[in-house]
Amino acid sequence: MTKKLVSMTINGKKYEEAVEPRTLLIHFLRENLNLTGAHIGCETSHCGACTVDIDGESVKSCTHLAVQCEGSDILTVEGLAKNGVLSAVQEGFHLEHGLQCGFCTPGMLVRSYRLLQENPNPTEAEIRAGISGNLCRCTGYQNIVKAVQYAAKKLQETATA
Amino acid sequence: MNKSRFYCLVFVDYELFQNIFIFVTNKKMNLLYITKNVEKYIIHHSVFKPHEPGDKMIPPEFDYHAPTSVTEAIHLLSELGDDAKILAGGHSLLPMMKLRFAEPAHLIDLNRIPQLRGIKEEGGLIKIGAMTVENEILHSDLLKEKVALLPDAVRWIADPQVRNRGTIGGDIAHGDPANDHPAIAMALDATFLLQGPQGVRSVKAVDFFQGTYMTDMAANEILTEIHIAPLPQNTGCAYIKLKRKTGDWATAAAAVVLQMSQGKVTKVSIGLTNVADTAIRATQAEQLLIGKELTDEVLSQVAAAVSAVCHPADDLRGDAEYKTAMAGEMTKRALLAASAKIS
Repeated sequence: MTKKLVSMTINGKKYEEAVEPRTLLIHFLRENLNLTGAHIGCETSHCGACTVDIDGESVKSCTHLAVQCEGSDILTVEGLAKNGVLSAVQEGFHLEHGLQCGFCTPGMLVRSYRLLQENPNPTEAEIRAGISGNLCRCTGYQNIVKAVQYAAKKLQETATA
Repeated sequence: MNKSRFYCLVFVDYELFQNIFIFVTNKKMNLLYITKNVEKYIIHHSVFKPHEPGDKMIPPEFDYHAPTSVTEAIHLLSELGDDAKILAGGHSLLPMMKLRFAEPAHLIDLNRIPQLRGIKEEGGLIKIGAMTVENEILHSDLLKEKVALLPDAVRWIADPQVRNRGTIGGDIAHGDPANDHPAIAMALDATFLLQGPQGVRSVKAVDFFQGTYMTDMAANEILTEIHIAPLPQNTGCAYIKLKRKTGDWATAAAAVVLQMSQGKVTKVSIGLTNVADTAIRATQAEQLLIGKELTDEVLSQVAAAVSAVCHPADDLRGDAEYKTAMAGEMTKRALLAASAKIS
Protein backbone atom coordinates (compact mmCIF):
# COMPACT_ATOMS: atom_id res chain seq x y z
CA MET A 1 0.00 0.00 0.00
CA THR A 2 1.19 3.48 -0.75
CA LYS A 3 2.78 5.31 2.11
CA LYS A 4 1.45 8.74 2.94
CA LEU A 5 3.53 11.69 3.97
CA VAL A 6 2.27 13.18 7.23
CA SER A 7 3.52 16.19 9.10
CA MET A 8 2.63 17.07 12.65
CA THR A 9 3.99 18.92 15.64
CA ILE A 10 4.76 16.78 18.67
CA ASN A 11 5.78 18.42 21.95
CA GLY A 12 6.64 21.58 20.01
CA LYS A 13 8.85 19.83 17.46
CA LYS A 14 7.90 19.38 13.80
CA TYR A 15 7.97 15.88 12.32
CA GLU A 16 7.44 14.77 8.75
CA GLU A 17 7.39 11.06 7.96
CA ALA A 18 6.03 8.67 5.37
CA VAL A 19 3.70 6.16 7.05
CA GLU A 20 1.56 3.27 5.98
CA PRO A 21 -2.08 4.33 6.32
CA ARG A 22 -2.70 1.47 8.76
CA THR A 23 -0.06 2.72 11.20
CA LEU A 24 -1.73 3.60 14.47
CA LEU A 25 -0.63 6.79 16.18
CA ILE A 26 0.68 4.88 19.21
CA HIS A 27 2.93 2.73 17.02
CA PHE A 28 4.08 5.78 15.07
CA LEU A 29 5.05 7.57 18.29
CA ARG A 30 6.78 4.61 19.89
CA GLU A 31 8.42 2.92 16.92
CA ASN A 32 9.04 5.61 14.31
CA LEU A 33 9.84 8.47 16.68
CA ASN A 34 11.05 6.54 19.74
CA LEU A 35 8.62 8.47 21.95
CA THR A 36 7.88 5.53 24.24
CA GLY A 37 6.19 7.51 27.01
CA ALA A 38 2.65 6.68 25.92
CA HIS A 39 2.04 2.99 26.66
CA ILE A 40 0.28 0.25 24.76
CA GLY A 41 -2.17 -1.38 27.13
CA CYS A 42 -5.37 -2.96 25.89
CA GLU A 43 -5.20 -1.76 22.27
CA THR A 44 -9.00 -1.65 22.26
CA SER A 45 -9.59 1.92 23.51
CA HIS A 46 -10.57 0.84 27.00
CA CYS A 47 -7.56 1.35 29.27
CA GLY A 48 -6.30 4.83 28.38
CA ALA A 49 -2.56 4.07 28.85
CA CYS A 50 -1.96 5.39 25.31
CA THR A 51 -3.74 8.72 25.90
CA VAL A 52 -2.17 11.72 24.19
CA ASP A 53 -3.39 15.23 23.54
CA ILE A 54 -4.33 16.00 19.92
CA ASP A 55 -5.19 19.64 19.17
CA GLY A 56 -6.18 20.23 22.78
CA GLU A 57 -8.27 17.09 23.22
CA SER A 58 -7.48 13.83 25.01
CA VAL A 59 -7.44 10.94 22.54
CA LYS A 60 -6.60 7.24 22.81
CA SER A 61 -3.76 6.90 20.33
CA CYS A 62 -4.27 3.13 19.89
CA THR A 63 -7.53 3.87 18.08
CA HIS A 64 -6.34 6.71 15.89
CA LEU A 65 -4.39 6.50 12.65
CA ALA A 66 -1.17 8.44 12.25
CA VAL A 67 -2.38 9.67 8.83
CA GLN A 68 -5.35 11.28 10.55
CA CYS A 69 -2.94 13.56 12.43
CA GLU A 70 -1.85 15.54 9.36
CA GLY A 71 -1.30 19.13 10.54
CA SER A 72 -2.10 18.30 14.18
CA ASP A 73 -0.45 19.58 17.32
CA ILE A 74 0.24 16.67 19.67
CA LEU A 75 1.35 16.57 23.28
CA THR A 76 2.66 13.37 24.85
CA VAL A 77 3.85 12.74 28.39
CA GLU A 78 7.39 13.62 27.25
CA GLY A 79 6.20 17.17 26.62
CA LEU A 80 4.77 17.84 30.08
CA ALA A 81 7.96 18.79 31.95
CA LYS A 82 9.52 22.09 30.86
CA ASN A 83 13.30 22.67 31.12
CA GLY A 84 13.72 19.83 33.56
CA VAL A 85 10.97 21.10 35.87
CA LEU A 86 8.05 18.73 36.46
CA SER A 87 4.60 19.98 35.52
CA ALA A 88 2.02 20.41 38.28
CA VAL A 89 0.37 17.06 37.54
CA GLN A 90 3.70 15.22 37.53
CA GLU A 91 4.67 16.85 40.82
CA GLY A 92 1.27 15.85 42.22
CA PHE A 93 1.66 12.19 41.19
CA HIS A 94 5.15 12.21 42.71
CA LEU A 95 4.26 13.81 46.04
CA GLU A 96 0.88 12.13 46.54
CA HIS A 97 2.21 8.73 45.43
CA GLY A 98 -0.30 8.57 42.55
CA LEU A 99 1.25 5.42 41.10
CA GLN A 100 2.51 2.00 41.99
CA CYS A 101 3.61 -0.01 38.95
CA GLY A 102 3.47 3.08 36.75
CA PHE A 103 2.03 1.47 33.64
CA CYS A 104 -1.07 3.67 33.48
CA THR A 105 0.79 6.79 34.60
CA PRO A 106 1.66 8.37 31.21
CA GLY A 107 -2.00 8.22 30.19
CA MET A 108 -3.17 9.38 33.61
CA LEU A 109 -0.78 12.35 33.49
CA VAL A 110 -1.72 13.52 30.00
CA ARG A 111 -5.43 13.08 30.72
CA SER A 112 -5.16 14.87 34.08
CA TYR A 113 -3.27 17.72 32.42
CA ARG A 114 -6.08 18.18 29.90
CA LEU A 115 -8.80 17.73 32.53
CA LEU A 116 -7.36 20.65 34.51
CA GLN A 117 -7.28 22.78 31.35
CA GLU A 118 -10.95 21.98 30.78
CA ASN A 119 -11.95 22.37 34.41
CA PRO A 120 -9.31 24.11 36.58
CA ASN A 121 -11.21 23.56 39.84
CA PRO A 122 -12.85 20.13 39.65
CA THR A 123 -14.71 18.43 42.48
CA GLU A 124 -13.64 14.92 43.45
CA ALA A 125 -16.58 13.52 41.48
CA GLU A 126 -15.55 15.56 38.43
CA ILE A 127 -11.98 14.26 38.70
CA ARG A 128 -13.21 10.67 38.90
CA ALA A 129 -15.51 11.19 35.91
CA GLY A 130 -12.73 13.03 34.06
CA ILE A 131 -10.27 10.15 34.38
CA SER A 132 -12.91 7.43 33.94
CA GLY A 133 -11.36 6.47 30.59
CA ASN A 134 -8.06 5.55 32.29
CA LEU A 135 -7.75 2.28 34.15
CA CYS A 136 -5.34 1.73 37.03
CA ARG A 137 -5.06 -1.77 38.47
CA CYS A 138 -2.82 -0.88 41.46
CA THR A 139 -3.83 2.20 43.34
CA GLY A 140 -7.58 2.05 43.74
CA TYR A 141 -7.44 5.61 42.31
CA GLN A 142 -7.42 7.32 45.72
CA ASN A 143 -3.92 8.74 45.44
CA ILE A 144 -4.43 9.56 41.78
CA VAL A 145 -7.41 11.72 42.74
CA LYS A 146 -5.28 13.36 45.47
CA ALA A 147 -2.52 13.97 42.92
CA VAL A 148 -4.94 15.72 40.56
CA GLN A 149 -6.32 17.77 43.47
CA TYR A 150 -2.75 18.75 44.38
CA ALA A 151 -2.09 19.83 40.80
CA ALA A 152 -5.34 21.81 40.59
CA LYS A 153 -4.43 23.69 43.77
CA LYS A 154 -0.90 24.32 42.63
CA LEU A 155 -1.99 25.59 39.21
CA GLN A 156 -4.50 27.96 40.80
CA GLU A 157 -1.92 29.28 43.25
CA THR A 158 0.51 29.84 40.40
CA ALA A 159 -2.18 31.60 38.38
CA THR A 160 -3.08 33.99 41.22
CA ALA A 161 0.49 34.54 42.40
CA MET B 1 -25.80 -3.23 1.55
CA ASN B 2 -24.87 -5.46 -1.36
CA LYS B 3 -27.01 -8.56 -1.05
CA SER B 4 -25.66 -10.44 -4.03
CA ARG B 5 -22.86 -12.42 -2.36
CA PHE B 6 -23.28 -13.80 1.13
CA TYR B 7 -21.10 -16.18 3.02
CA CYS B 8 -22.63 -17.60 6.12
CA LEU B 9 -20.36 -19.08 8.76
CA VAL B 10 -21.57 -21.01 11.76
CA PHE B 11 -19.42 -21.58 14.82
CA VAL B 12 -20.37 -23.69 17.76
CA ASP B 13 -18.64 -22.64 20.92
CA TYR B 14 -18.80 -25.61 23.29
CA GLU B 15 -16.16 -24.70 25.83
CA LEU B 16 -17.02 -21.15 26.69
CA PHE B 17 -20.72 -20.62 26.33
CA GLN B 18 -22.25 -23.59 24.57
CA ASN B 19 -23.65 -21.17 22.08
CA ILE B 20 -23.98 -21.13 18.34
CA PHE B 21 -22.74 -18.09 16.46
CA ILE B 22 -23.80 -17.32 12.97
CA PHE B 23 -22.23 -14.56 10.98
CA VAL B 24 -22.56 -13.40 7.45
CA THR B 25 -19.84 -11.83 5.37
CA ASN B 26 -19.34 -10.80 1.78
CA LYS B 27 -16.58 -12.29 -0.32
CA LYS B 28 -14.01 -9.88 1.10
CA MET B 29 -14.89 -11.18 4.55
CA ASN B 30 -16.34 -7.83 5.50
CA LEU B 31 -18.64 -8.52 8.38
CA LEU B 32 -22.26 -7.91 7.49
CA TYR B 33 -24.16 -9.62 10.26
CA ILE B 34 -23.48 -11.53 13.43
CA THR B 35 -25.90 -13.01 15.88
CA LYS B 36 -24.17 -11.96 19.04
CA ASN B 37 -22.44 -8.95 20.47
CA VAL B 38 -18.92 -8.30 19.30
CA GLU B 39 -17.42 -8.91 22.71
CA LYS B 40 -18.33 -12.57 22.65
CA TYR B 41 -17.27 -12.76 19.09
CA ILE B 42 -13.84 -11.46 20.02
CA ILE B 43 -13.48 -14.18 22.62
CA HIS B 44 -14.53 -16.59 19.97
CA HIS B 45 -12.02 -15.27 17.52
CA SER B 46 -9.22 -15.96 19.96
CA VAL B 47 -10.26 -19.59 20.06
CA PHE B 48 -9.84 -19.96 16.32
CA LYS B 49 -6.90 -17.66 15.74
CA PRO B 50 -4.75 -17.37 18.83
CA HIS B 51 -2.50 -14.37 19.00
CA GLU B 52 1.19 -15.16 18.93
CA PRO B 53 3.37 -13.49 21.54
CA GLY B 54 4.59 -10.20 20.10
CA ASP B 55 1.64 -9.89 17.72
CA LYS B 56 0.67 -6.28 17.31
CA MET B 57 -2.90 -5.26 16.83
CA ILE B 58 -2.39 -3.45 13.56
CA PRO B 59 -5.24 -3.19 11.07
CA PRO B 60 -4.84 -4.92 7.69
CA GLU B 61 -3.51 -2.85 4.80
CA PHE B 62 -5.80 -0.31 3.18
CA ASP B 63 -5.63 2.88 1.14
CA TYR B 64 -6.60 6.04 2.97
CA HIS B 65 -8.75 8.78 1.49
CA ALA B 66 -9.59 12.04 3.22
CA PRO B 67 -12.18 13.89 1.11
CA THR B 68 -13.00 17.47 2.06
CA SER B 69 -16.60 17.55 0.84
CA VAL B 70 -19.62 15.24 1.00
CA THR B 71 -19.81 15.19 -2.81
CA GLU B 72 -16.22 14.02 -3.03
CA ALA B 73 -16.85 11.37 -0.37
CA ILE B 74 -19.90 10.02 -2.20
CA HIS B 75 -17.98 9.97 -5.45
CA LEU B 76 -15.21 7.93 -3.81
CA LEU B 77 -17.75 5.60 -2.22
CA SER B 78 -19.47 4.96 -5.56
CA GLU B 79 -16.16 4.44 -7.33
CA LEU B 80 -14.62 2.08 -4.76
CA GLY B 81 -17.85 0.20 -4.04
CA ASP B 82 -17.83 -2.80 -1.73
CA ASP B 83 -14.13 -2.44 -1.00
CA ALA B 84 -14.54 0.85 0.81
CA LYS B 85 -15.70 1.68 4.31
CA ILE B 86 -16.41 5.02 5.90
CA LEU B 87 -14.26 6.08 8.84
CA ALA B 88 -16.04 8.34 11.32
CA GLY B 89 -14.72 8.32 14.91
CA GLY B 90 -13.18 4.90 14.30
CA HIS B 91 -13.86 3.53 17.77
CA SER B 92 -15.95 0.65 16.44
CA LEU B 93 -14.35 0.19 13.02
CA LEU B 94 -10.65 0.28 13.94
CA PRO B 95 -10.97 -2.36 16.70
CA MET B 96 -12.93 -4.55 14.26
CA MET B 97 -10.19 -4.10 11.66
CA LYS B 98 -7.47 -5.01 14.16
CA LEU B 99 -9.29 -8.28 14.77
CA ARG B 100 -9.85 -8.79 11.02
CA PHE B 101 -13.62 -8.71 11.37
CA ALA B 102 -13.54 -5.94 8.80
CA GLU B 103 -10.89 -5.75 6.09
CA PRO B 104 -11.80 -2.87 3.79
CA ALA B 105 -9.31 -2.13 1.02
CA HIS B 106 -10.12 1.57 1.28
CA LEU B 107 -11.00 3.82 4.19
CA ILE B 108 -12.82 7.05 3.45
CA ASP B 109 -12.21 9.36 6.40
CA LEU B 110 -15.01 11.91 6.89
CA ASN B 111 -13.11 13.88 9.55
CA ARG B 112 -11.93 16.54 7.10
CA ILE B 113 -15.44 17.54 6.00
CA PRO B 114 -16.43 20.58 8.11
CA GLN B 115 -20.01 20.66 6.75
CA LEU B 116 -20.71 17.36 8.51
CA ARG B 117 -20.01 18.85 11.94
CA GLY B 118 -21.99 21.12 14.21
CA ILE B 119 -25.32 21.65 15.90
CA LYS B 120 -27.75 24.34 14.77
CA GLU B 121 -31.40 25.35 14.88
CA GLU B 122 -32.87 26.00 11.47
CA GLY B 123 -36.43 26.07 10.15
CA GLY B 124 -37.84 24.96 13.49
CA LEU B 125 -35.59 21.90 13.69
CA ILE B 126 -32.46 21.00 15.60
CA LYS B 127 -29.94 19.78 13.02
CA ILE B 128 -26.91 17.80 14.12
CA GLY B 129 -24.14 17.05 11.65
CA ALA B 130 -23.40 13.33 11.55
CA MET B 131 -19.70 13.87 12.35
CA THR B 132 -20.45 15.88 15.49
CA VAL B 133 -18.55 14.23 18.34
CA GLU B 134 -20.20 13.12 21.57
CA ASN B 135 -18.40 15.71 23.69
CA GLU B 136 -19.79 18.51 21.54
CA ILE B 137 -23.30 17.14 22.15
CA LEU B 138 -22.54 16.84 25.86
CA HIS B 139 -21.60 20.52 26.13
CA SER B 140 -24.09 22.03 23.67
CA ASP B 141 -26.17 24.78 25.28
CA LEU B 142 -28.63 24.61 22.38
CA LEU B 143 -29.26 20.91 23.02
CA LYS B 144 -29.46 21.39 26.80
CA GLU B 145 -32.24 23.89 26.15
CA LYS B 146 -34.10 22.23 23.26
CA VAL B 147 -33.33 18.49 23.29
CA ALA B 148 -32.08 17.85 26.82
CA LEU B 149 -32.28 14.07 26.39
CA LEU B 150 -29.17 14.07 24.19
CA PRO B 151 -26.60 15.78 26.47
CA ASP B 152 -28.15 13.90 29.38
CA ALA B 153 -27.70 10.53 27.69
CA VAL B 154 -24.29 11.14 26.14
CA ARG B 155 -22.73 11.24 29.63
CA TRP B 156 -23.27 7.48 29.70
CA ILE B 157 -21.61 6.79 26.36
CA ALA B 158 -18.00 5.57 26.48
CA ASP B 159 -15.46 7.79 28.32
CA PRO B 160 -14.01 11.31 27.94
CA GLN B 161 -11.33 10.35 25.41
CA VAL B 162 -13.63 8.22 23.26
CA ARG B 163 -16.27 10.98 23.34
CA ASN B 164 -13.71 13.30 21.72
CA ARG B 165 -13.63 11.06 18.66
CA GLY B 166 -16.86 9.05 18.63
CA THR B 167 -19.58 10.66 16.50
CA ILE B 168 -23.37 10.56 16.68
CA GLY B 169 -23.53 9.56 12.99
CA GLY B 170 -21.03 6.74 13.38
CA ASP B 171 -22.91 5.44 16.41
CA ILE B 172 -26.15 5.38 14.37
CA ALA B 173 -24.87 4.21 10.97
CA HIS B 174 -22.89 1.30 12.46
CA GLY B 175 -26.25 -0.36 13.15
CA ASP B 176 -25.13 -1.95 16.41
CA PRO B 177 -28.11 -2.47 18.75
CA ALA B 178 -25.71 -2.03 21.66
CA ASN B 179 -25.00 1.57 20.66
CA ASP B 180 -26.99 4.19 22.54
CA HIS B 181 -27.98 6.74 19.90
CA PRO B 182 -30.37 4.49 17.94
CA ALA B 183 -32.81 4.10 20.86
CA ILE B 184 -32.42 7.76 21.80
CA ALA B 185 -33.13 8.82 18.21
CA MET B 186 -36.21 6.58 18.17
CA ALA B 187 -37.51 8.09 21.42
CA LEU B 188 -36.95 11.58 19.95
CA ASP B 189 -38.62 10.57 16.67
CA ALA B 190 -35.51 11.80 14.85
CA THR B 191 -35.09 11.86 11.08
CA PHE B 192 -31.85 10.87 9.37
CA LEU B 193 -30.67 12.51 6.15
CA LEU B 194 -28.86 10.16 3.77
CA GLN B 195 -26.97 11.52 0.82
CA GLY B 196 -26.05 9.43 -2.21
CA PRO B 197 -25.27 9.94 -5.90
CA GLN B 198 -28.99 10.51 -6.56
CA GLY B 199 -29.33 13.20 -3.91
CA VAL B 200 -30.63 13.43 -0.37
CA ARG B 201 -33.41 11.38 1.18
CA SER B 202 -34.75 11.24 4.71
CA VAL B 203 -35.59 8.22 6.82
CA LYS B 204 -37.28 8.12 10.22
CA ALA B 205 -35.19 6.59 13.00
CA VAL B 206 -37.86 3.94 13.59
CA ASP B 207 -37.55 2.78 9.96
CA PHE B 208 -33.75 2.92 9.69
CA PHE B 209 -32.55 -0.09 11.67
CA GLN B 210 -33.13 -3.46 10.02
CA GLY B 211 -30.98 -5.85 12.02
CA THR B 212 -27.64 -6.14 13.75
CA TYR B 213 -25.21 -4.11 11.59
CA MET B 214 -27.92 -3.75 8.95
CA THR B 215 -29.56 -0.44 8.18
CA ASP B 216 -31.57 1.22 5.45
CA MET B 217 -28.42 3.06 4.29
CA ALA B 218 -27.22 1.98 0.83
CA ALA B 219 -23.56 1.19 0.23
CA ASN B 220 -23.06 4.43 -1.70
CA GLU B 221 -24.85 6.66 0.82
CA ILE B 222 -23.56 8.72 3.72
CA LEU B 223 -25.52 9.72 6.80
CA THR B 224 -25.15 13.50 6.81
CA GLU B 225 -27.55 14.97 9.37
CA ILE B 226 -29.84 14.08 12.22
CA HIS B 227 -32.98 16.23 12.52
CA ILE B 228 -34.94 16.49 15.75
CA ALA B 229 -37.96 18.64 16.57
CA PRO B 230 -37.24 20.73 19.70
CA LEU B 231 -39.02 19.23 22.69
CA PRO B 232 -42.01 21.29 23.87
CA GLN B 233 -41.65 23.18 27.15
CA ASN B 234 -42.26 21.03 30.19
CA THR B 235 -41.30 17.78 28.49
CA GLY B 236 -39.45 15.43 30.80
CA CYS B 237 -36.84 13.08 29.44
CA ALA B 238 -34.30 10.60 30.74
CA TYR B 239 -31.91 7.92 29.57
CA ILE B 240 -31.24 5.27 32.18
CA LYS B 241 -28.52 2.78 31.33
CA LEU B 242 -27.38 -0.25 33.27
CA LYS B 243 -23.76 -1.04 32.54
CA ARG B 244 -20.97 -2.86 34.29
CA LYS B 245 -18.31 -0.18 33.95
CA THR B 246 -17.43 3.06 32.18
CA GLY B 247 -17.08 2.39 28.48
CA ASP B 248 -19.27 -0.68 28.53
CA TRP B 249 -22.29 -1.20 26.35
CA ALA B 250 -25.65 -1.31 28.07
CA THR B 251 -26.86 -4.48 29.72
CA ALA B 252 -30.16 -2.73 29.05
CA ALA B 253 -31.08 0.93 28.72
CA ALA B 254 -34.24 2.96 28.22
CA ALA B 255 -34.76 6.41 26.68
CA VAL B 256 -37.98 8.15 27.68
CA VAL B 257 -39.57 11.37 26.42
CA LEU B 258 -42.63 12.23 28.51
CA GLN B 259 -45.37 14.83 28.65
CA MET B 260 -47.93 14.94 31.44
CA SER B 261 -50.94 17.03 32.35
CA GLN B 262 -52.42 17.10 35.86
CA GLY B 263 -50.38 14.08 36.85
CA LYS B 264 -51.46 11.99 33.86
CA VAL B 265 -49.40 10.96 30.86
CA THR B 266 -50.44 12.79 27.68
CA LYS B 267 -47.60 11.75 25.38
CA VAL B 268 -44.71 9.35 25.79
CA SER B 269 -42.08 7.57 23.74
CA ILE B 270 -39.79 4.79 24.92
CA GLY B 271 -36.67 3.58 23.10
CA LEU B 272 -34.72 0.51 24.26
CA THR B 273 -31.01 -0.24 23.82
CA ASN B 274 -29.36 -3.65 23.42
CA VAL B 275 -32.33 -5.90 24.09
CA ALA B 276 -33.10 -7.01 20.51
CA ASP B 277 -31.50 -7.25 17.05
CA THR B 278 -31.97 -3.50 16.73
CA ALA B 279 -32.88 -0.66 19.04
CA ILE B 280 -36.65 -0.77 19.48
CA ARG B 281 -39.62 1.43 20.39
CA ALA B 282 -41.83 -0.06 23.09
CA THR B 283 -45.09 1.08 21.46
CA GLN B 284 -47.44 -1.10 23.50
CA ALA B 285 -45.98 0.20 26.73
CA GLU B 286 -46.37 3.74 25.37
CA GLN B 287 -50.06 3.20 24.54
CA LEU B 288 -50.69 1.65 27.92
CA LEU B 289 -49.37 4.79 29.65
CA ILE B 290 -51.62 7.34 27.96
CA GLY B 291 -54.07 8.90 30.42
CA LYS B 292 -52.48 7.10 33.39
CA GLU B 293 -50.72 8.27 36.52
CA LEU B 294 -47.30 6.74 37.19
CA THR B 295 -48.46 4.50 40.04
CA ASP B 296 -46.60 1.35 41.09
CA GLU B 297 -49.30 -0.72 39.42
CA VAL B 298 -49.05 1.14 36.10
CA LEU B 299 -45.25 0.97 36.20
CA SER B 300 -45.40 -2.79 36.72
CA GLN B 301 -47.71 -3.12 33.71
CA VAL B 302 -45.29 -0.98 31.69
CA ALA B 303 -42.34 -3.13 32.72
CA ALA B 304 -44.26 -6.24 31.63
CA ALA B 305 -45.16 -4.65 28.27
CA VAL B 306 -41.54 -3.65 27.75
CA SER B 307 -40.25 -7.10 28.64
CA ALA B 308 -42.68 -8.65 26.15
CA VAL B 309 -40.92 -6.98 23.19
CA CYS B 310 -37.34 -7.74 24.30
CA HIS B 311 -35.32 -10.51 22.67
CA PRO B 312 -31.80 -10.02 23.98
CA ALA B 313 -28.92 -12.42 23.42
CA ASP B 314 -27.19 -14.09 26.35
CA ASP B 315 -23.69 -12.77 26.84
CA LEU B 316 -21.20 -11.77 29.52
CA ARG B 317 -23.57 -9.04 30.69
CA GLY B 318 -26.22 -11.56 31.63
CA ASP B 319 -28.70 -14.02 30.26
CA ALA B 320 -31.78 -13.09 28.27
CA GLU B 321 -34.09 -13.33 31.29
CA TYR B 322 -31.99 -10.91 33.32
CA LYS B 323 -31.61 -8.42 30.49
CA THR B 324 -35.34 -8.54 29.77
CA ALA B 325 -36.12 -7.83 33.41
CA MET B 326 -33.58 -5.02 33.44
CA ALA B 327 -35.13 -3.43 30.34
CA GLY B 328 -38.40 -3.19 32.28
CA GLU B 329 -36.64 -1.83 35.35
CA MET B 330 -34.67 0.78 33.36
CA THR B 331 -37.91 1.91 31.71
CA LYS B 332 -39.59 2.34 35.11
CA ARG B 333 -36.65 4.37 36.39
CA ALA B 334 -36.50 6.46 33.22
CA LEU B 335 -40.24 7.24 33.46
CA LEU B 336 -39.88 8.33 37.09
CA ALA B 337 -36.76 10.39 36.32
CA ALA B 338 -38.49 12.03 33.35
CA SER B 339 -41.63 12.84 35.34
CA ALA B 340 -39.51 14.40 38.11
CA LYS B 341 -38.24 16.92 35.55
CA ILE B 342 -41.78 18.10 34.73
CA SER B 343 -42.71 21.00 37.00
